Amino acid sequence: MTPEPYEAQLLETPFHARTSSLCSTRQWGNWSGFASVNAYTSVDMEYFAARSTAALFDISPMTKYAITGSDAASYLNRLLTRNMEKVKPGRVVYAVWCNDAGMVIDDGTVFCLGENDYRLCSQERHLPWLLDSAIGYNVEIKDITSGIAALAVQGPTSSAVLKAMGLVGIENLKPYSLTEFDLDGHSLMVSRTGFTGDLGYELWIDPGAAELLWDRLMEVGSLYGLRPMGSEALEMTRIEAGFIQAGVEFFPGDLPTRPDRLRSPFELGMGWLVDFDKGHFIGRRALLQEKKTGSRYALVGLDIEGNKPALHSFVYQGKDTEVGIVASAMWSPTCKRNIAIASLKTPYHKDNHGLWVDVYVYRELKWERIHASCKVVDKQFFNPPRRWATPAGDR
Amino acid sequence: MTPAANRYDAIIIGGGHNGLVCAAYLGSAGQRVLVLEAAAAPGGAAANVEFSPGFTVSGCAHILNMLDPKVSRDLNLASHGLKLSLPNLKTIALAEDGRHITFDGALATNDSLQVYSKTDKANLADLRRLLLRIGKLLKDFYGTVPPRLGTESWSDRIALAKLGWAIRRLGRNDMREMLRIAGCNIADVLNDELESDLLKGAIGFDAVLGTELGPRSPNSVFSLLHRLTGEANGIPGALALPEGGMGAVTRAMAAAAEAAGADIRTGSPVARILVENDRAMGVALETGEVIHADIVVSNADPKTTYLKLLGPQYLDTGFVRRVKNIRTRGTAAKLHLALDGLPEFTGLDAKELGQRLLIAPSLDYVERAFNHCKYGEYSTAPAIEMIIPTVNDAALAPQGKHILSAVVQYAPYELKGGWENARDEFIDTAIKTISAYAPGLEGRIIARELLTPRDIEEKYRMPGGHWHHGELALDQLYMMRPVPGAAQYAAPLPGLYTCGAGGHPGGGVMGIAGKNAADRILKDGKSR
Ligand SMILES: Cc1cc2nc3c(=O)[nH]c(=O)nc-3n(C[C@H](O)[C@H](O)[C@H](O)COP(=O)(O)OP(=O)(O)OC[C@H]3O[C@@H](n4cnc5c(N)ncnc54)[C@H](O)[C@@H]3O)c2cc1C
Repeated sequence: MTPEPYEAQLLETPFHARTSSLCSTRQWGNWSGFASVNAYTSVDMEYFAARSTAALFDISPMTKYAITGSDAASYLNRLLTRNMEKVKPGRVVYAVWCNDAGMVIDDGTVFCLGENDYRLCSQERHLPWLLDSAIGYNVEIKDITSGIAALAVQGPTSSAVLKAMGLVGIENLKPYSLTEFDLDGHSLMVSRTGFTGDLGYELWIDPGAAELLWDRLMEVGSLYGLRPMGSEALEMTRIEAGFIQAGVEFFPGDLPTRPDRLRSPFELGMGWLVDFDKGHFIGRRALLQEKKTGSRYALVGLDIEGNKPALHSFVYQGKDTEVGIVASAMWSPTCKRNIAIASLKTPYHKDNHGLWVDVYVYRELKWERIHASCKVVDKQFFNPPRRWATPAGDR
Repeated sequence: MTPAANRYDAIIIGGGHNGLVCAAYLGSAGQRVLVLEAAAAPGGAAANVEFSPGFTVSGCAHILNMLDPKVSRDLNLASHGLKLSLPNLKTIALAEDGRHITFDGALATNDSLQVYSKTDKANLADLRRLLLRIGKLLKDFYGTVPPRLGTESWSDRIALAKLGWAIRRLGRNDMREMLRIAGCNIADVLNDELESDLLKGAIGFDAVLGTELGPRSPNSVFSLLHRLTGEANGIPGALALPEGGMGAVTRAMAAAAEAAGADIRTGSPVARILVENDRAMGVALETGEVIHADIVVSNADPKTTYLKLLGPQYLDTGFVRRVKNIRTRGTAAKLHLALDGLPEFTGLDAKELGQRLLIAPSLDYVERAFNHCKYGEYSTAPAIEMIIPTVNDAALAPQGKHILSAVVQYAPYELKGGWENARDEFIDTAIKTISAYAPGLEGRIIARELLTPRDIEEKYRMPGGHWHHGELALDQLYMMRPVPGAAQYAAPLPGLYTCGAGGHPGGGVMGIAGKNAADRILKDGKSR
């Protein structure tokens, strides 16, 4: 019996006919209410496609808001911690926004499509907060999540794939820039953005042309090693890239159950996104206060001895001083390192001596406890030059 | 004024009674203060108006029962002309057949109750002892700046601990009773203790006067307790009439402020609070004139202050949300009648007409009146509080003429279909309701005026026309008043303060918000 639309547990993205026929593992996850593939065939194969050739990832569930109106720029300047006056049409920026207490509600990307015409993309939904922040501003804020189909093409051959598809001059698009193409009469927006920390693009199109776009990419992509990727492989790439993830490195939302579990931008290593000189923005007074009194936590990269991922381990210093917790961890096949992103209490992130993690490994009816020493390192574990090169290379 | 004089320590936006009190305290402490009042005269909702040639009435507030004795002493209001024409006003709960019940402000009653109940007199005495005791406890906390929540500061913790200790000190039984009834509705409490519908209706009405509550709404016990924190002439709970109307009270306050060195400019509506480097540094008037000061204090309500005069762009979203959500839907209309002679009320002699008269014959009557309001209609049988101030204070009207001043509930702020076409119907309804107790009233009316909450909003710049600048309810009280994050009279923006009824301890002509705000400002000044 097919369920009535209102009975459906999860929504389908515009690519569902394609993604579902390729998802041989039948492993799906819930991404903001949409069915999203966890793994199509094998996580490893998908991961290696992203790192050595190219991977195709359906990002349609990403929450998207259209923000327009004569006050759109000043509105975003109030909402976000960074200075938006400096962001010109055709550019994309990464941004975070905070609650009154200066704690991060979410992070996302802002696309400047034209003067006072923006698109804000984030993992979670935030319409009430965005609307209440707009009181007194002449802006219109619309949730356009379902109105746009989007795909990420990520990896060393991604530029070559798009070129082969006929996107002339795509290699000249700079990182964090966007441009428009025509795809059989449909307007196709392409931005050089992504969540893998590598060369890569995100493609945005009207849902009616979604399957056309998918088919075209898969057709030309076969020569370039393009394969669909699920969210598990993506998660590996984003940890290597040192990106933070809502619900993992920080807990988003303006109504947490436990307010003390939130993190400020400084505590997430996002201090560079905070501009105190641009005038008032939400959370500014609290963040100034934090600057004065000091932050509670620091988000760091850890290089851990051995090869067992230290997921959710305590981090200790010296004999048994508990100094933090691991948020994300993995064995990085590309870096050949046992890496982690951890939230440490200050000032322990500064003293790089005597840190260790307690890793518990469960193997065939037995727990093994590994005392693994670790070091604080730059959390951008993977950051190849090709990610930044313009013109973009072919592989 | 010379340009050099155009520089003040503090600008107070609004010359309502709280703004005037604040100005007097700051002035006495040596600060140069400027009060900017939008209206033609100071006083706000506690000013007089001449609603018909020769007829002067208290524009909104007409009974003086909350004025803080310390404020009155500190400002020396008596020397500035404040006198009471009737220091311990009686309340008469009207019955159509003339078998009225009389009680005083503190709910002490006489034998008029006997015809209705053998036990009510004694039971009411017990109830009033408890209510007055709790009221006294509240009163002790009214005069102090409330603590902030969630801070590390010892003074905040001590203030909270004091509250806990004061409740504990009521003793086991009273403490238990207080905790039991504080969040209750007044109808349940009265029905537990009393029999007489007329008595219960009257007390129930007192509990919901000026609120968007019916006697069966939670919080209605609290708002009665708030009333009982008041006093007049040293008598707890007592009600009084000021000689010369409420405007005489604010005139005395204005004189005290001026004597303390404050400048008062009327007819000067402020358009904006000016901000520089994240600090309030002055105001711009609607005329465009700019005046600078070290601090800005707003006597306007929190919604006007934060959302209109300051603007959300200087505030955080959570705070704006809380301010926007303050409940400010007024329900009380003000009726003024000019009469060509003293009206006759069934069962009342001429002297009794000078007392406070209530039309609230039962709890059900008041609750039914409230029902309409819930659905955006006006009450077809409203509950009414009236006085005829000219009985004791003849100077307010031409020789031999009289004034009836009444609060009529309920008149919803948002009336279905709008007030424009309904105002006259509602006046007729109110007059018809009173006429049932005062046959012949209609023939005596020379002029009439009714201000709906919408009119009050417009005329007095109070959003929603709300008596307290924001519902007085447990979630909007003390350290949550007006909203968490601004409860100590200080705005999140440095250099900006509020001193009106929207802050602790709320509305009524008390002067305490103005005094507490001045305390806070002077304390901050010392540590600056
Ligand atoms: C119908 C009604 C009946 C009432 N009856 C009683 C009663 O009998 N007894 C009693 O004790 N209380 C009564 N009250 C309550 C009492 O009137 C108020 O709570 C009290 O007057 C509030 O005083 P305030 O100084 O805080 O504010 P307000 O009196 O409201 O003063 C605020 C002042 O700020 C001014 N202002 C606002 N915006 C600006 C601006 N932009 N620029 C310049 N000036 C500005 C306003 O004009 C006003 O003068 C009644 C209220 C109503 C509505």
